Amino acid sequence: MEKKLKTPISDFERVSLNIGDEVLISGIIYTARDAAHKNMVDALDESKELPFDLKGQVVYYVGPTPAKPNQAIGSCGPTSSYRMDKFSPRLMKEGLKVMIGKGERSQELINEVKKYQGVYLMAIGGIGALLSKTVKSSEVIAYPELGAEAIRKLEVVNFPAIVAIDSKGNTLF
Amino acid sequence: MHKIDRLTLVNTIKDMIIETTKKLGSSVVKSLNDAYDNEDNVIAKSILNKIIENQRIAREENIPLCQDTGVCVCILEIGRDLVFDYDLTEAINEGVSRGYTEGYLRKSVVKHPLNRVNTKDNTPAIIHYDFIPGNNLVIHLAPKGGGSENMSTLKMLSPADGRDGIIDFVLETIKNAGGKPCPPIIVGIGIGGNFEHVAYLAKKAIFRPIDDESQVLEDRLLEKELLERINKLNVGPMGLGGRTTALAVKVNSAPCHIASLPVAVNLQCHSARKKEVTLIGKKA
Repeated sequence: MEKKLKTPISDFERVSLNIGDEVLISGIIYTARDAAHKNMVDALDESKELPFDLKGQVVYYVGPTPAKPNQAIGSCGPTSSYRMDKFSPRLMKEGLKVMIGKGERSQELINEVKKYQGVYLMAIGGIGALLSKTVKSSEVIAYPELGAEAIRKLEVVNFPAIVAIDSKGNTLF
Repeated sequence: MHKIDRLTLVNTIKDMIIETTKKLGSSVVKSLNDAYDNEDNVIAKSILNKIIENQRIAREENIPLCQDTGVCVCILEIGRDLVFDYDLTEAINEGVSRGYTEGYLRKSVVKHPLNRVNTKDNTPAIIHYDFIPGNNLVIHLAPKGGGSENMSTLKMLSPADGRDGIIDFVLETIKNAGGKPCPPIIVGIGIGGNFEHVAYLAKKAIFRPIDDESQVLEDRLLEKELLERINKLNVGPMGLGGRTTALAVKVNSAPCHIASLPVAVNLQCHSARKKEVTLIGKKA
């Protein structure tokens, strides 16, 4: 039975998640993948403001296909998370708590998730058509020049994922 | 002398891309259904169920199966009686550009690996040319995703490493890749040739029909043994365990140097999108 989560996910709800839990997420989540992560970390290094406040937020690693007219978004499954391992600790330091992507992550990243009592959720790779049905609205809020890699604010309803790293540092892999 | 009209070729490439990114081939769907029936790990079964549901939604609602609509890989078999009075590579790239733009597909190609500036129309495609007898042009096309391509490997083994060395290297590749290439995968293996040829053999292997088997005895036995051993690794769908790690293993071999045993492993995710079309040249 899936657990329903509403964003922003409370500290209590987040730390009570365990690896293997299947969850359905509803509310606002933000997209970012390789290039947007680099831009955000560069901005932090230069003491510039970020495009959105990371505190308590959910970031989803995705670069969707373009939406057709009358579509909120195109196909939008997760990309591999390990490529973000280099950047995520810096963002968690700024308050990011929940990351959604696919696949394994480094031991260093697992340690950081435990340190910040965050959580890493795994969405299923290659089911972008199915996941697109859970997205009700999408708006580019930063780095439009990056195209598919721009940061989007998504409103999702019952987006399915599996807890792959919990706040205790346990991992499914 | 036979010709194929440029616009026909451009439109064929465009249509192949738009169709293949939204419709998974029936033999791949069958293989996924069989895997679902044979799987008893609960999470694995749930993932396979969503993958099968995804291809239904993609087909019925005309949505790309996966947001990674890939880099377009084409293998062209050109009939020797064909004559082209236009730039073939340019025509294919025009088809690619139109397919990715008109089909609302993701543009995933950057112009230089270091400057990372997007070409904005998914060109250039990666194109291989080959020759066949006759007046047909056979086009094999696959939009190849980055996740599985990133986990592919190549190693120059010693002849003394032999069959066991090949098996160890393939198993190590798939174990290390875990969930990253989006299992269940199709494993394309090249053995022999040389450094660059073995990679092409592996690529051609994933273009083979999912339900065929090699005509070469050694390769066929290797395919069978590897499929069995890969599915005992417990990598499973998306790396979360289960007996469905690979749907198929394909081995293509070629003659090689007395000192060499090249092996390449090209991984294909479960969104195994590919298509073949034959254009018949008209007498000119």
